Amino acid sequence: MSLDAPPNRLTFRLNGAEVALDADPARRLSDVLREVAGARDVKVGCSAGDCGTCSVLVGGVALCACMVPAGRAAGAEVETAAGLVARDPLAHRLAVAFQARQAAQCGICTPGMMVSAMAYLRAGGTADPAAVEAALAGVLCRCTGYRKIVAAVSDVAADRAPDVPSEGSVGAPVPRVDGWPKVAGKELFGDDVAPADALLARAVRSPHHRARFAFGDLEGYRIAAGLDLVLTAADVPGENRFGVIPGFEDQPVMASREVRFRGEAVACLVGTRAALDAAPPPPVEWTPLPHALEPEDAGIGESLHADRAGNVMATGRVRRGDPETALAEAAYVVEGRFSTGFVEHAYIEPEAGFARRVGDRIEIGCCTQAPYMNRDGVARILGIAPEAVRIVPTATGGGFGSKLDLTTQPFVAIAAWKLGRPVRMCLTRIESIQSTTKRHPSRTHMRIGADADGRITGAIFDGVFNTGAYASWGPTVATRVPIHASGPYRTPAFLATSAGIHTNCAPAGAFRGFGVPQSAVAQESLYDLLAERLGMDRLAFRRLNCLRDGDPTVTGQVFETGMGIAACFDALEPHWTAALAAAEAANAVPGPVRRGVGIAAGWYGCGNTGLSNPSTIRAGITADGIVRLHQGATDIGQGSNTVIAQIFAQALGVPLAAVELVGPDTDLTPDAGKTSASRQTFITGNAARACGAALRTQILRLGNVSKVATIVLGPGSIALEEGGTRRRIDLTATGGSYAIEATGSYDPPTGPLDADGQGAPYAIFGTAAQMAELDVDTELGTVTLLKFRAAHDVGRAINPLLVEGQVEGGIAQGIGMALMEEFIPGRTENLHDYLIPTVGDVPPIDTIIVESGDPHGPFGAKGLGEHCLIPTAPAILNAIAHATGARIHDLPATPDRVRAAILAARE
Amino acid sequence: MSLYRPATLSDALHRLGQAPAALVAGGTDLYPALRDAAPPSAMIDLTGIADLAGIARDDGGWRIGAATTWTGIVRAALPPLFDGLKAAAREVGSLQIQNAGTVAGNLCNASPAADGMPPLLALDAEVEIAGAAGTRRMALRDFVTGVRQTALAPGEIVTAIRVPDRPGRSAFLKLGARRYLVISIAMVAARVELDAEGKLAEVAVAVGACSSVARRLPELERRLVGRRADEIAGIVAAAPLDGLAPIDDIRATAAYRVDAARTLVARALLQAAILA
Repeated sequence: MSLDAPPNRLTFRLNGAEVALDADPARRLSDVLREVAGARDVKVGCSAGDCGTCSVLVGGVALCACMVPAGRAAGAEVETAAGLVARDPLAHRLAVAFQARQAAQCGICTPGMMVSAMAYLRAGGTADPAAVEAALAGVLCRCTGYRKIVAAVSDVAADRAPDVPSEGSVGAPVPRVDGWPKVAGKELFGDDVAPADALLARAVRSPHHRARFAFGDLEGYRIAAGLDLVLTAADVPGENRFGVIPGFEDQPVMASREVRFRGEAVACLVGTRAALDAAPPPPVEWTPLPHALEPEDAGIGESLHADRAGNVMATGRVRRGDPETALAEAAYVVEGRFSTGFVEHAYIEPEAGFARRVGDRIEIGCCTQAPYMNRDGVARILGIAPEAVRIVPTATGGGFGSKLDLTTQPFVAIAAWKLGRPVRMCLTRIESIQSTTKRHPSRTHMRIGADADGRITGAIFDGVFNTGAYASWGPTVATRVPIHASGPYRTPAFLATSAGIHTNCAPAGAFRGFGVPQSAVAQESLYDLLAERLGMDRLAFRRLNCLRDGDPTVTGQVFETGMGIAACFDALEPHWTAALAAAEAANAVPGPVRRGVGIAAGWYGCGNTGLSNPSTIRAGITADGIVRLHQGATDIGQGSNTVIAQIFAQALGVPLAAVELVGPDTDLTPDAGKTSASRQTFITGNAARACGAALRTQILRLGNVSKVATIVLGPGSIALEEGGTRRRIDLTATGGSYAIEATGSYDPPTGPLDADGQGAPYAIFGTAAQMAELDVDTELGTVTLLKFRAAHDVGRAINPLLVEGQVEGGIAQGIGMALMEEFIPGRTENLHDYLIPTVGDVPPIDTIIVESGDPHGPFGAKGLGEHCLIPTAPAILNAIAHATGARIHDLPATPDRVRAAILAARE
Repeated sequence: MSLYRPATLSDALHRLGQAPAALVAGGTDLYPALRDAAPPSAMIDLTGIADLAGIARDDGGWRIGAATTWTGIVRAALPPLFDGLKAAAREVGSLQIQNAGTVAGNLCNASPAADGMPPLLALDAEVEIAGAAGTRRMALRDFVTGVRQTALAPGEIVTAIRVPDRPGRSAFLKLGARRYLVISIAMVAARVELDAEGKLAEVAVAVGACSSVARRLPELERRLVGRRADEIAGIVAAAPLDGLAPIDDIRATAAYRVDAARTLVARALLQAAILA
C-alpha cells in the first residue's frame, strides 16, 4: 500500500557531500547508510537501540541510526565516524587519543563511541569522568571495560596528549600496529566485505526447544517467493555435521527431522534483499516434543544423541592423595553449593561472512577466531579437500570463544558453491543470541578442609555443566575444570569430578576461562568462609596456601620457576589493608549503604590441555628490503597482531615499524592455531620468536658477522653493522617471493593425563589476584562497584597497555557474570533483556603487572586473556558478603537475589 | 514500505483517515519491536508537525507537545514541579534514545515499565488527543488501559500532554540491574507541596513496573497529608501499597518488587519533601 507514493529519492548531506539515494524512507537509516550509501563505518550490533554502535550525528545530534526512519535524514547533515575523523580536527585528535590509549580493542564499537564522544566534545564537554561516562553510556563495548575509552575522551576534553613510545621493542606500550583503521572508521568486519552483487542468506530457525518438523512444498515456495535457493539438510554436499573436538562433531548445519534447541537452523533462504524482505515464512510444520533446559531434567524424552546415554556428553576427573580422609581429619571443613548462569558472549559484532566460488575452490571472508579449524570444518561439509577452502578472516568484532565455532560459514559456502554467485550472511542479534555458543551454566558443590594452622589439607569438588544440545567445546570444559578447581593453592589431597550434560539449550562452548570462572566461584567463596572460621585475614590465608615454586599442583605437576601468585598477593596487600580500613570507616556511619572489600585469585593453564597445539609463523624479506610477517594468529581485539609483531621484530633485531603484516589468510599464513586458551602470546609468540631468530641467523650468516651485529634494512639491501664495520648484503629474489625467508614453529611441552588426571597438562600457568571494593544498598540489594585492583603475573608484559586492556575487559565481563548476565532461552534474546555492563557499571581498575618470567614463554611471557575474569566474580561475591554478611550462592547476583540473601542472613 | 512526513496536524489526520498507518515519532519503540522484520508498509512521521512541538505555559497549565523528546524535557526551563519528570528523562535509555524518543510516544507504547508514566501520573497529567471529530482531553490514568493498550481510537493522534500548574516539587527514582540503558525493575515518582508549617499539604505518589499499568497510591497519599516529612518513613512502612500487583519476570521477583517499591516510595517522598 502506498501513501501518495512519495518518490523514494532521498537527498541529504553525508559527511559534507550531497548524496541522492534510491531508498525507501521507512527503512532504518543505519541500513540505508550501510547498504545504499556505502558508509560501512556505520556498524550494526542489535537494530534495537541497545548497543549504540550505529550512532551517527543527524544535524549534530547523536542518534542510533537503527531507529531513525531514513526519510527523516532528508535535507539534514549526517555525520559518521569516518567522516568526522577525516573532516573535523577535533575528531582526528580523538582518534589519535584512542590510538594512544588503546581505547579500541576489536574496534566494532569504536565508531559509535567516537560519534557519541564527538557530540559531547563539540558541546564543550569537560574531562569530568562522570560526565564523560554519561555521554558514552549509550554505546556498549564488550572488550575494553570502557576505562581507556573514558580516558581517551577525557584526554581530548582536557587537551592533553598521553606519551606514546617511539619504538616497539618488547615491553614497550606501543599503540596497536593495526589500530589506526579501527579509530578512523576504516576497519572492515565480517559484514563489511562482501561484493555488491552478493545474494543474502537467511536461516530458518526453530521456535521450539525440541520438535520434529516437516517441510511443505519448498520448491513451490521458492519459486513463488522469487528466491534463488532454499537449502535444507538434504542439500549439504558433504557431511552435515561439524564440531571442534575430534569425535564430537555432532552438530548439523541444518537439522534433519528433529531440532534439539530453539534457534537451531532447519533451512536457509537465499536471494536478493528485496525478495527476502518480501518472502513469507516457508512452509514448515512443527511437532513440539518434550524438552529439558536443565541438567536435572535431562532424562526427559530420548537422549539427544544416540551414543550418549543419559545425555552425558563428557566427564572429567582429577584425584590426588586421599581427600576423603583429609577432610575427615581436617580441623575445619567448609562446604557449599553454587550455581552460575548461562552467559552470552555478546560481542558487539554479530557473526557475519560471505563466500564465493572460485573454480573448484571456495573462498570465505568472515569474522573468526580459528581460520584453519573453520577451513577443515567447511571442507568436511562441502565434501572437498581442506586445501580447496580458503578462509580470509576479516577484522573480528570480539570473539571471547564463540567465534571459534562455525556459524555463517557453512551456509554461505554451500549457497555460493551451488549458485556460483557470492552469498553473504549476517546473523541478527536475536539469531546470534539464540543460536551461538555460550558459557556453560554450572552447578557446583565443594568441600574444603584446613588444619588448625590454616593450611589446606584437602578438597572435593563436583561440577555439573549444562552443555546444551551439541558438544562444541563441552569436552574441554569437562577436562579443564577438575585441573583448575583447586585454584592456585597447595591442595595435597584432592578429588574433582565434572560432567557435561546435554539439554535442549543452545550449545555451551568456549567462553573466556572454559569453566574455570565457574569453579572459582565455589572455591574462592569457600576460602573466605574458611578464613572466617580460622579467624584469619582473607588475604593472609590465601597467601599462606598459595602455590610456590617447587610445589606440586593437583595434577602433580611441579613448576620450579614462574609460579607468581604469591607475588600477586604481595602486590595487593597494601591496597587490601587500606581498603579494609576505608570500609571500616565508611561503615562507622549508620545507613542502608554498607561497604565491602573482597579478594579472589585464579589460575589458568595456557594452551590446550595435555594435547599438541602447535603454531607456525613465516616471514621473509623481499628484494626491496621489506620484512613481511605472515601472522596467522587472528587478532580479535586482544592484540596478537601487535604482540606477535613486537616479539618477531625483537628476535630479528629490527624496529617494529619495519615489519609489515600479511594475513591472516589460510592461503598466505601458516597455521598459528586458534585464538583461544590464552595461547597466542605464548605459543604463536614462541613461533614468531623462533622465526625471527632463524631469519636473523640466516642474515648474519650471509654477512658472516657475529650475533651481536645490528641489522639495518634498506631498499634492495641489508646492512650489517658490528664494531664500527659495516657489511652489505644484496637482496635478490630467488624463485619465491622473498630474497630470504624463514619459518618458526612451537608446540608446548605437555603430556596426556593418566586415569587420575595426573600429569603435566600445560607448560605454563598464569595467575592473578583481584580485589573489589563496593557499596551495597542493603534496602534495595543493589551493588555499586567502586574500585578494582588486579595483580596479574604475565611472566613478561610484551606490551603493558595491551595487558591492561585485557585485564580491564576481563573484569568487565566478570562483573557481568557476577551481577547481571543470564541467558534464558526464549526470554533474553536481545541486549535489553540480556544485560551486559555499561560504562557506568565498570569502576576504575588499577592493573598491577607482575613479571615472574617463565622459562617457556617468549621473552618470559605468559598468556593472559582467560585469567582476567576468573577471580572477578568471586571477588565481588566476597565483597558483598563482607559488606552485608549475606553470601550469594547463585549467580547472577541481581538486586532481588542480593536483597533476599540479606533478609535471609538477618533471620 | 513508505513514510509520509506531514507538516500539519490536519494533513496527518487526513492521511490517517484515508488508510491505516503506523504512527512514528522517536522510533525508539517502533523499530525495536520489529525484531528482524521490515518496517510497516505505511508510516506517518509525526516529528515534522509544528502543532506537536514545544513546551508552553498557558492559563490552563503546561502543554508538552507530543513530539517533545526526553532531551527537550531535560533542557526545558521548568519549575521544580517537574524535577521528577526531568529525572526520569535523564534515566531513559541513553542520550541517543533521549534525543529521539518522545514523552508522548512513551505513554502511547503503554509498557508497564514506561519511564514517563509515574512522574506524569504524579503530576495529574492529561493527554490531548486529536481526531477527525476534533480534540479531546482525558486523564492519563484513563488513557493507558493495559499492557500495550491505550484509549487512543483508530484515526486519532496524541497531540500533547497537559500538566496543571501548581506549586510543589517532584522526585523520581528508577531501579534497574545496571547503571544505564536499563528497563526498570521498579520506579517511583513523588510530588509534594508543603504548607506554611512545613507539613505535607499535597502528596502524589505513583509506582511503575509493579502493575500492568503504573498507578498512584491514593491510600498512602491520604495518610501522608497533614503529616511532617520526618514521619514519612514510618507511614510508608505501615501503609498498604494498594493495587500493586507485580509479576515475577527476568528482571526480578514479584516479592522483591513490592519490597523495593516501598523503599523507593519512602526515598522519593523524602527527596521531594526535603527539597520542597
